[in-house]
Amino acid sequence: MTPADRARRRAAAGAIALSGPATLLLLALFAAPLLRLLALSVAGGSLAAYERALTNELYLRVIFETFKIAAIVTLLTLALGYPVAYVMATSGRTWQLVGIAFVLLPFWTSILVRTYAWMVMLGRNGVVNRALIGWGVIDSPLPLLNNLAGVLIGMVHVLLPYMILPVFNAVRNVDPNLVLAAVGLGAPRWRAFLRITLPLTMNGVAAGVTLVFTLSLGFFITPALLGGGRVVMVANLIEEQVRELLNWAFAGALSTILLALTLAAFWGISRIARTRSA
Amino acid sequence: MATQEVKDAELRVDGVAKRYGAVVALGGVSLSVAAGEFLTILGPSGSGKTTLLKVVAGFEFPDAGRVTVGGADITDVSPARRNIGMVFQNYALFPHMNVARNIAFPLQMRGVPRSEVERRVIQAMALVELRGYGERLPSQLSGGQQQRVALARAVVFDPTLLLLDEPFGALDRKLRESMQLEVRRLQRRLGLTTVFITHDQEEALVLSDRIAVMDGGTIRQIGAPDEIYDRPADAFVAQFIGESNLLVGEIAAPDRVLLDDGTSVTVRGLGGGRGRVRLLVRPEKMAIDSATNRFTGTVVEAVYLGEAHKLRVRVGEGVELMVRGHHAVSAGATVTVGFAPEDAHVIWGAG
Repeated sequence: MTPADRARRRAAAGAIALSGPATLLLLALFAAPLLRLLALSVAGGSLAAYERALTNELYLRVIFETFKIAAIVTLLTLALGYPVAYVMATSGRTWQLVGIAFVLLPFWTSILVRTYAWMVMLGRNGVVNRALIGWGVIDSPLPLLNNLAGVLIGMVHVLLPYMILPVFNAVRNVDPNLVLAAVGLGAPRWRAFLRITLPLTMNGVAAGVTLVFTLSLGFFITPALLGGGRVVMVANLIEEQVRELLNWAFAGALSTILLALTLAAFWGISRIARTRSA
Repeated sequence: MATQEVKDAELRVDGVAKRYGAVVALGGVSLSVAAGEFLTILGPSGSGKTTLLKVVAGFEFPDAGRVTVGGADITDVSPARRNIGMVFQNYALFPHMNVARNIAFPLQMRGVPRSEVERRVIQAMALVELRGYGERLPSQLSGGQQQRVALARAVVFDPTLLLLDEPFGALDRKLRESMQLEVRRLQRRLGLTTVFITHDQEEALVLSDRIAVMDGGTIRQIGAPDEIYDRPADAFVAQFIGESNLLVGEIAAPDRVLLDDGTSVTVRGLGGGRGRVRLLVRPEKMAIDSATNRFTGTVVEAVYLGEAHKLRVRVGEGVELMVRGHHAVSAGATVTVGFAPEDAHVIWGAG
């Protein structure tokens, strides 16, 4: 064994030792329950639960709705988040810090509290409707709660930071001289943005889209509270199966399907992002 | 780019001033660059040379003054509409576009038809000797090749003006020298009015038709390289360009200066003036065993440069002279050095 081999072996041993506690924790608290869930879903050696989930039109609709909501939420966070991230990344150091503080501020309160706050805001007599009626913009209150609109508003609010931060980082890494060069070579600002900044920040966009989309697929609290039972996502379906119907096998099958679809979406998005950036 | 004749592209900068808060970056700078001329703006960092370039390029707007190209006032024109080619310090090549797309960019921005773009890109790549590199990404090129791409991109659209912002800084010495000559050859061939920014005096002397020496936001002197080197306007220019011996004294007679250490020297060019002066004598004008203006001292340092020997000679309390010559003298030896009366350049007014 050469000294270089020995050094490599020592480094590998060190890496294993350092990641050991985290690995054990994940095995015990994540991998083991996951395997148990899988076992539950095929209890008695039967795939009946899967068959039911994937053939019943009602459940297929819920799965489709879940993907639709996740896609809309992703597009909305991108449309709202990119400009914010861009302005933050291209302003001075002080404003950058202020911006990051405001983006991270919502993380200081629990998602449950924030969702209840939206219920106060969005109700028939909520802040939003009363303000709009008071200003004479509308005559009767808008239906913003217990429907898709409410769920979308709540989810976009919760997930916006997951889009802003990676895009912010990507914009900040674009050499400002490249934009100057493009402008100097005859590109108006907006064309310089489309041809230089946007393509060079696609990796940040891909990261944000992946995060928001996969997190959306598993959303539970927001649709439960702001959807008022009328917007059902897969996670809500699973909860219902466990809490009200005690159908562990079916809940396990739905969970496994959700996990598989999430992984597929993750794989698909990163594939698209790779070919785009190549 | 096809045009070989010199275009009407005289650049005039008239009283341009720019301040950032309390810091004066440019204190009323005026200069003109003739069509087809290669002008170097030479100065230390913080002298305002980069700000001046940015004002010409349109990336900074001046607080006062005008910029005109070929008689047209472009002071308030947006940089995208100035038709100026610029090579940035770090080249600023677009990393996600290959060489051909980088060079095509300014043509596409001008709405040049596709077939024409293709033809001119190929022509530009040939011009900088990068045939066959069109498909490569900037990250797959060496520093010198990246520089060529930046240059091709800056000239492919027939700019009225070429700006070069310290483009050779990142290259090693050998490559830098060959790139300098190549840029000069290209510039002459295209007849491009060119403004080149550098802090490297050697580079400035090699490349320029004229040099403008900047310091503290103003131009200290502007002139041909030999003029700047042989007849600097002030002590700053004398010391910034080349090595110099500056002797301070008072005019005692129409051809004599009494130096502060008590020695008297004979010089030309006093022209009947009076008062205090500095005498500039370049090290290569200092001679061992000179017949006139002799100083005797001890060699404190002797450096062999290959083509010459450089000596530092202490001739008095705190007075050292630099001598460049062909005699090998070892440190510690006692020598007599001096200069001919016509080899001293008089700089008027000394503190």
